[in-house]
Amino acid sequence: MVDNSAFDDIPGTTVFTAERAHQGFPLNQFCMSLMKAENRARFKSDERAYLDEWPMSEGQKRAVLARDYNAMIAQGGNIYFLAKIFSSDGVSFQTAAASMTGMTVEEYAAMMLAGGRSPEGVRSKREGK
Amino acid sequence: MARISAGLTTSHVPAIGAALDNGRSKEPYWVPVFEGYNWTKQWIASDMPDVVVLVYNDHATAFSSEIIPTFAIGCADDFAVADEGFGPRPVPTVIGHADLACHLAQSLILDEFDMTVVNKMDVDHGLTVPLSLVFGDCEKWPVRVVPIAVNVVQYPPPTGERCYKLGQAIRRAVEAYPEDLNVQVWGTGGMSHQLQGTRAGLINQPFDRSFLEAMSANPEGLRSISHLEYLREAGSEGIELVMWLIMRGALGEHVEELHRFYHVPASNTAVGHLVLVPADEKTEVRS
Repeated sequence: MVDNSAFDDIPGTTVFTAERAHQGFPLNQFCMSLMKAENRARFKSDERAYLDEWPMSEGQKRAVLARDYNAMIAQGGNIYFLAKIFSSDGVSFQTAAASMTGMTVEEYAAMMLAGGRSPEGVRSKREGK
Repeated sequence: MARISAGLTTSHVPAIGAALDNGRSKEPYWVPVFEGYNWTKQWIASDMPDVVVLVYNDHATAFSSEIIPTFAIGCADDFAVADEGFGPRPVPTVIGHADLACHLAQSLILDEFDMTVVNKMDVDHGLTVPLSLVFGDCEKWPVRVVPIAVNVVQYPPPTGERCYKLGQAIRRAVEAYPEDLNVQVWGTGGMSHQLQGTRAGLINQPFDRSFLEAMSANPEGLRSISHLEYLREAGSEGIELVMWLIMRGALGEHVEELHRFYHVPASNTAVGHLVLVPADEKTEVRS
């Protein structure tokens, strides 16, 4: 059996393994449907009704409605699939990324301009480095 | 005979495409990014390749969660520009080179690299942003493209070692193609970046700079970087750097570096760009 426990040691990071892809399959396939303009329009006109067409869990649907990307990732979502949601919303990748960090969009943009988030202290929970 | 004349690496940040497409490339935020490619634009115009073997990753565009090929090669005559959720980028259709692509597919599979053959696929920013960075705004792309898509979305991507060896096999296959073609290999993606979770925004400039240096000076050292090390040091999406090693493997043991560019940030990402040319022939002549 493969051992992916080392990934859980990386702070604030979820590695999209086959197990997570299995859990997130309906959520991620819903995201793929937003690559068609007519589906984006249907989703926008009644998000809940559109989501109910997909065999997603209630938790996955609620996370989408709340645009809670950390919650979507925790339920098997992958950021490249989820990008279809915020692209449909006209939201940039940087704004979406900021929303996952607990920082404001302005704080996050300033951090990036200053060289980004340092890896110091966020490489490993266990080793604290 | 076809030959690989040069290799190029570049990040493929989607916001770079958006800046170009929305007329924002002259904004102070973006000017330094595009300036890093001015040298390359002039250089490539002086020795325009016939074909670019363009190594990139599909970002859940052509390949949904239904089928995830580790290595895929595009053998179509052309590749439509994908709608990634905000309409297709307003750039030309990508023209393939089906004959070379079919030759590469057959050669690589018989050389024990089990490529997935793709006869129809849309291409996303991973492939079109590098073309825009190098060729700018144009009515049609000045080169044909053989797309090689590498899975770096679902874990595990191929190892760096496997990617390097695929590059070596691409070189053998190109050099066995009878037509006299000038071929470049581009490796795209990276450098350090993380787009998810509370660690989003991670940038590791020391890691990136040593990676850039090692691409020409010590590629052997890059081949053994583990997935865990990429994840820790370069961020969850920095693992795209394995695709650079396909390009590097295709150039042979020795290279000459013509151009290097590094800039932080473009959106969430550290931009890295190299132009390398094979130098093994020169070495043989000298010895």
